[in-house]
Amino acid sequence: MDKVRTTPNTTADRIRKYLKEGKRFDGRNTEDFRELVIEKGVSCKAEGSVRVKLGKTEVIVGVKMGVSEPYADSPTKGNLMVTAELLPLSSPRFESGPPRFDAIELGRVTDRGLRESGFVDFDKLCIIPGEKVWTVFVDVYSINDDGNLMDAATIGAIAAMKIAKIPKYDKEEGKVLFDELTDEGLPLTDHVPVAISVHKIGNALIVDPTREEEDISECRVTMGSSKGIISSLQKSNSKPLEMDEIKRVFEIATKVSDEINKKIDKALK
Amino acid sequence: MDRKVVIPGEIIIDGDEYLPGENTEKKEGKIYSLRYGLAEEQNNLIKVIPLSGVYSPRRGNIVIGKVENVTANGWLIDIGYADSAFLSLMEVPRFVNKDAMEEVLDIDDMVLAKIWSINKRGIDLSLKSRGLGKIEDGIIFEVNPNKVPRIIGKEGSMIKLIKDNTGCDVTVGQNGFVLIKGETISSELYAKRAVLFVAENSYVSGLTEAVDKWFKENKE
Repeated sequence: MDKVRTTPNTTADRIRKYLKEGKRFDGRNTEDFRELVIEKGVSCKAEGSVRVKLGKTEVIVGVKMGVSEPYADSPTKGNLMVTAELLPLSSPRFESGPPRFDAIELGRVTDRGLRESGFVDFDKLCIIPGEKVWTVFVDVYSINDDGNLMDAATIGAIAAMKIAKIPKYDKEEGKVLFDELTDEGLPLTDHVPVAISVHKIGNALIVDPTREEEDISECRVTMGSSKGIISSLQKSNSKPLEMDEIKRVFEIATKVSDEINKKIDKALK
Repeated sequence: MDRKVVIPGEIIIDGDEYLPGENTEKKEGKIYSLRYGLAEEQNNLIKVIPLSGVYSPRRGNIVIGKVENVTANGWLIDIGYADSAFLSLMEVPRFVNKDAMEEVLDIDDMVLAKIWSINKRGIDLSLKSRGLGKIEDGIIFEVNPNKVPRIIGKEGSMIKLIKDNTGCDVTVGQNGFVLIKGETISSELYAKRAVLFVAENSYVSGLTEAVDKWFKENKE
């Protein structure tokens, strides 16, 4: 039998009871994030890498560059590929093997946030139009899952892309010289798409849930926005949201997103 | 010898007069550690108190588990070990209607039980003791099982300190699950923070004083 440990019923009842009075299971306020720690340069082979810790949740994100042919419909644009892997070491719930729903969703939501916000200026990633463009690979690995991998992954992806440096490219040989990084970073804009997941438990809306809170979450909305422009939106789980709840979700996500954005900048300094 | 932190394979002490105790091994007159933990000497007996690792069940342990399955003659309980434990109908000191066993314990219910036997077939649990049974309410969270002795303290001194200061009922299972039940939300959260403080600082010597100080500094 599958051994998947979920939150005990009694604890779940307590979390709901606490939230009715506006209190969280671990003493935080509903709109508080856990302590965010960003460690730079954890991988020596990646062009940019970070380790992000949100309380006990931990992910490693690496950015790797490669040269490839552009897609036919965008001959002058670079490519972006985001993959997420939920490693079995991070939680008893994850198994090795082909990615399942959670991992696919994690990768795609992160990808959508980065792509649709205009965070990367893809035109500048073009080397020879129609022939050679840079492809940016963003790989997300979970190291420990204590809830909210989604936001940790986005924060990690943004931070890793911000510190990534483009390697030298030998145009005559058509070879990338990975050992020689240029000083040039990725062509990023100031539309930083920090995606924030807001969870609904009972009538409360909370951010940055722990494992226990995520287990009893009725509905999740992940919203990527920068400067008040919504660039990505994902709703998970089956419970519906009321109209005014969605408005509150937008308000919370925009507010928290700004705070996190400042924290990322501070950590990367 | 003072307490010191050792890793597996490390020589703790060299000398034929010493005897290997828990989590240690003697080879060619040297005592090696088998676990990562604190090495300690008492009357020439060397033992290592582990700082990390999974729970290893012992007979007589009180544990908090979760009902995994209901079978014809008992319940399968997950106690955070590789094997499930079995709670037999015979070990429940009350009348159980065999056609409605889920009325006593249903899947996903939490239960406080005692390990009464460990054998080749598995671990057997019992409810035949005071205070054991289904957990009706309260907050349950996990700590590292190796820190449980520090949370309980010498003869229950630490747990008594937490109970006295918070007014909450605190039950610690040897498998690392902690149950807190209190009158108010804030007192429960206060007790939880106290338990986590103890677990985080379990290596500190004079921990009871440190916790006493913590309570004075973090009064609610």
